Amino acid sequence: MTAATVSKSHHKPVTAGQMIVTILKYVLLVCLTIIALVPFVWMISSSFKTSIDVFSIPMKWIPAELHWENYVQIWERVPLAAYFKNTAILAVIVTFMQILTSSFAAYAFAKMNFRGRDLLFMCYIGTIAVPWQVYMVPQFIMMRSIGLYDTIWALVALQSFSAFGVFLMRQFYMGIPNDLSEAARIDGLSEYGIWARIILPLAKPAIATLCIFTFVNTWNDYMGPMIYLTTDVKKTIQVGLRRFIQAYSADYNLIMAASLCSLLPVTIVFLFLQRYFIEGIATTGMKG
Amino acid sequence: MSKLEKRNTLIAYSFLAPNFIGFVVFTLIPVIFSIVLAFMNWSGGSNITWAGLDNFRTIFKDFSFTKSNLGISLKNTVCYTVATVPLTIACSLGLALVLNKGVKGAKFFRAVIFFPYVASLVAICVCWNFLLMKNGPVNQFLRMFGLNMNKSWTSSTNLAIWAIIIVSVWRNAGYYMVMYLAGLQGVPAELYEAATMDGANAWQKFTKVTLPMLTPTTFFCSIMMVISCFKIYDVVAIMTKGGPGRSTKMLVTYIFELSFGGEGIATSAQYGVASAVSMVLLAIVLLVTFIQFRGEKKWVNYM
Repeated sequence: MTAATVSKSHHKPVTAGQMIVTILKYVLLVCLTIIALVPFVWMISSSFKTSIDVFSIPMKWIPAELHWENYVQIWERVPLAAYFKNTAILAVIVTFMQILTSSFAAYAFAKMNFRGRDLLFMCYIGTIAVPWQVYMVPQFIMMRSIGLYDTIWALVALQSFSAFGVFLMRQFYMGIPNDLSEAARIDGLSEYGIWARIILPLAKPAIATLCIFTFVNTWNDYMGPMIYLTTDVKKTIQVGLRRFIQAYSADYNLIMAASLCSLLPVTIVFLFLQRYFIEGIATTGMKG
Repeated sequence: MSKLEKRNTLIAYSFLAPNFIGFVVFTLIPVIFSIVLAFMNWSGGSNITWAGLDNFRTIFKDFSFTKSNLGISLKNTVCYTVATVPLTIACSLGLALVLNKGVKGAKFFRAVIFFPYVASLVAICVCWNFLLMKNGPVNQFLRMFGLNMNKSWTSSTNLAIWAIIIVSVWRNAGYYMVMYLAGLQGVPAELYEAATMDGANAWQKFTKVTLPMLTPTTFFCSIMMVISCFKIYDVVAIMTKGGPGRSTKMLVTYIFELSFGGEGIATSAQYGVASAVSMVLLAIVLLVTFIQFRGEKKWVNYM
């Protein structure tokens, strides 16, 4: 019945009005796509120019000459490779820790009964509402006093135990029928076994979403590394790039080349996994 | 408690422990500490004294939206929020409506428009800084329409805040578009069919069916956006550093200056005063969250 109506509507003759609406829609879409992408195109274009040509009047979208050497120079000016390495290490550790501790704790909240469970969970939810900016200073003082200042471990500690990850995983676990874990319990599987063999495999979509978001957020994080990391070679790409910008503020072309490089890893992750990003947001209302 | 129950509780705690210990040490304690600190005098040394309400008196002293630091940063944050939220809502709703059905390549457009949201902030902000420079492409473009644009946006007291608003809207529109697309999926097709039968035109369908059915989405998105707008810092830090003058100084910028003295350079830290400002921020965010909590119940009934 529905299939019939759908095919019927497809064969309806298209009126001139509908045509115009469709054309307008595409024109609008192309314009919006351009607005979304123009900064990136300008970035690419400028990264191949000389610094004087970047702000030429009238501006040229395609540089007269491609200055590939810009992409060689940026690695020599600042320890860009070290920044990349630090950020990659940090992002991988944080993502791993976050998934592990969140999926573990969420199991107790979603699938087990114990005294104080709801109170504890409220405590978690309550802190999600408190902005990090409110307690970043005491946190900083604390980290410094235990000797984590100027190490990536401060950032690992900062980001590995998020209440939000627990919340997200718990919500997903709640959707997994309890019959499954009950049956496994009767079969003699321990709680750890149920978590590892039954719940975790079923929670793959939630893990994928949490994984991508944690990775990208850690990669893009600016404030945390800015507060905690002072030694140059320990910096992450975001603060490193910022340092580059301040040190060579007139070398617009090099800044754009370095910026473009900083975007690449996240872009690649996004290109391959964009489905998970977009579906993850739609289902969880996840916010970085 | 029976033996089994005890055992069960122990196992549950073992599940919680890895996250919980980290959570208590690195989140809960600092949160409590920040509340206590708001009533203390402390500049980082061993000398920490009770201050009572002095910190709050300090920040509210000579309160005015044009002169005192708290007043200006509050005013800027509110202005930024008031401009950013409706603009983002309008853009993301528009995008979602265009992309909702019957568009070829919808997935491609969706991904492209979403992309700015995941792109690294520093790269984006510096790029926009250049785009908005005196002879940058944006000003060159506007001059074609006869506008007299002869200043970098970020060094003009009037335009600097707009530079930040533009970047925020541009960056977040794709994100909220995805939320709206999800919201639109939930609007039953029967409603549109019924409206068509009643002879409603496209505009009537939009105002009488789409918009009301999307109120929960709009409400949720607005609340999330208001909260994140009040926490704005990084875009400001990278693009304008709160300037020129104090024209883009935000609440968090102010907290930052008090604790770390500008950008990571420790001058005389005023942790107590900084925490007092944090409490103002916390109060605002909690108030908004409370409104959401109340509102959500209402919308659920409404649906």
